[in-house]
Amino acid sequence: MTTVAIVGAGVAGIEAASVLAAHGVKVKLFEKEASVLGNLRSKAFLFPNFQASDQIVDSLTAKLLVDGIETITAMEIVDIKHTSDGWHLSDNKNHDYLADAVLVSTGYKVFDAARKEELGYGIYKGVITSLDMEAMIKADKLVNAVNATPRKIAFLQCVGSRDEKVGNHYCSKVCCVTAVKQAIEVKKRLPQCEVTIFYMDLRMWGQGFEEMYRTAQEQYKINFVRGRISEAAATFDGRIQLKSEDTLLGLPLKMTTDLLVLMVGMEPSEGTVNLGKKCSICGDYGFIQSTNPHLSDNTTAIDGLFVAGTAKRPMTVQDCVNDGRSAALAILSRIDTTGNLGAE
Amino acid sequence: MKDFGFAIEKPRALDLDKADRNLYVRLLKREPSFARCFQCGMCSATCSARNFTDYNIRRIHTLMRQGQTQELDAMLQKCMLCGKCTLVCPRGVNLRHLIIQMRKLLNNE
Repeated sequence: MTTVAIVGAGVAGIEAASVLAAHGVKVKLFEKEASVLGNLRSKAFLFPNFQASDQIVDSLTAKLLVDGIETITAMEIVDIKHTSDGWHLSDNKNHDYLADAVLVSTGYKVFDAARKEELGYGIYKGVITSLDMEAMIKADKLVNAVNATPRKIAFLQCVGSRDEKVGNHYCSKVCCVTAVKQAIEVKKRLPQCEVTIFYMDLRMWGQGFEEMYRTAQEQYKINFVRGRISEAAATFDGRIQLKSEDTLLGLPLKMTTDLLVLMVGMEPSEGTVNLGKKCSICGDYGFIQSTNPHLSDNTTAIDGLFVAGTAKRPMTVQDCVNDGRSAALAILSRIDTTGNLGAE
Repeated sequence: MKDFGFAIEKPRALDLDKADRNLYVRLLKREPSFARCFQCGMCSATCSARNFTDYNIRRIHTLMRQGQTQELDAMLQKCMLCGKCTLVCPRGVNLRHLIIQMRKLLNNE
């Protein structure tokens, strides 16, 4: 019986595991954290339909309760090597697992906003990240730096994305619509709160995204300012004063806000960077390189080593579900009639 | 001619057919990073001169890009070359060098 090892039990990894198991493949699913779906759990609601992410978590975790999937949590795979008997996966404590093929779905981490020192994250309490905002929305408790209800909130796009200074030229793809989603969630809870979104380009590329933007303008009266924030500093009463330019007016701008929310981009997780290097499948920015972005997006330069999800590039949850399924099919199509991975 | 109390204004539209982008092309050779600007406004937001005058570096290089160079030399004199714009630019445009080269080009240097 064919055994496939999946490294990383996020959305893509679990979806792939589920499809593989349904086709009679034995799956070993490794997760370095104590529980699966860590990134998805940190979300409150998902765009574009404002579905509770906990519902998706429940549906995905239910898929793991079938014969053929062995989920091994708190197990960080740090090396993958191929020998004559197959793929060996190992952690730091001399555990060794054998598999016929490996799917790398080690995912992303968010950009460390403290690297943009001029924006004051980690220095001023009133500067938070989109992840902090998501947690506040999930807890249904929106507070400013002094634990009072915020009257003004500003969001800043592209923190750690499209930024030469931190070495990330790419667009993180999900932040534009996430800011719009969070702004709407804020207004649902605090109708009196003034919400401003600072943007360079609003990339509403997915189905339903543009409609969300329209709703944010029409129904929730969210103020969109075209300009990047150059610096932020705290005022004596714990609020945040920020500087920008309204580039459409061509005028410099200053504004005081209770909270400044930095829309942090996606970077490859440490696991992604590590396995990418160890297996020589590393692409730009430490993401893993697939064979071809159009037709072979789940295979890598190494036969028997597959890739799915945000280990490749920034993706939405929707993308990851599809990519996990697609990776499972790519693996199934490599398994021959004897149930083994034959010669390519 | 009899003064009827009104006049015909010159068209104010940007005429890209007549715009001369020659200076912009020459500037790009001297500072290629200029081509990467995506108009985010970080440079003009942080600009020391901008807070007190109508100097707007983002607008100046946009005018340059569209070949509208008539008033640029006078505008550029307001820059103190402090270099804050270069420090903040997320596209890595070397604005300080760009400004020096713009001044030189506009004076046929």
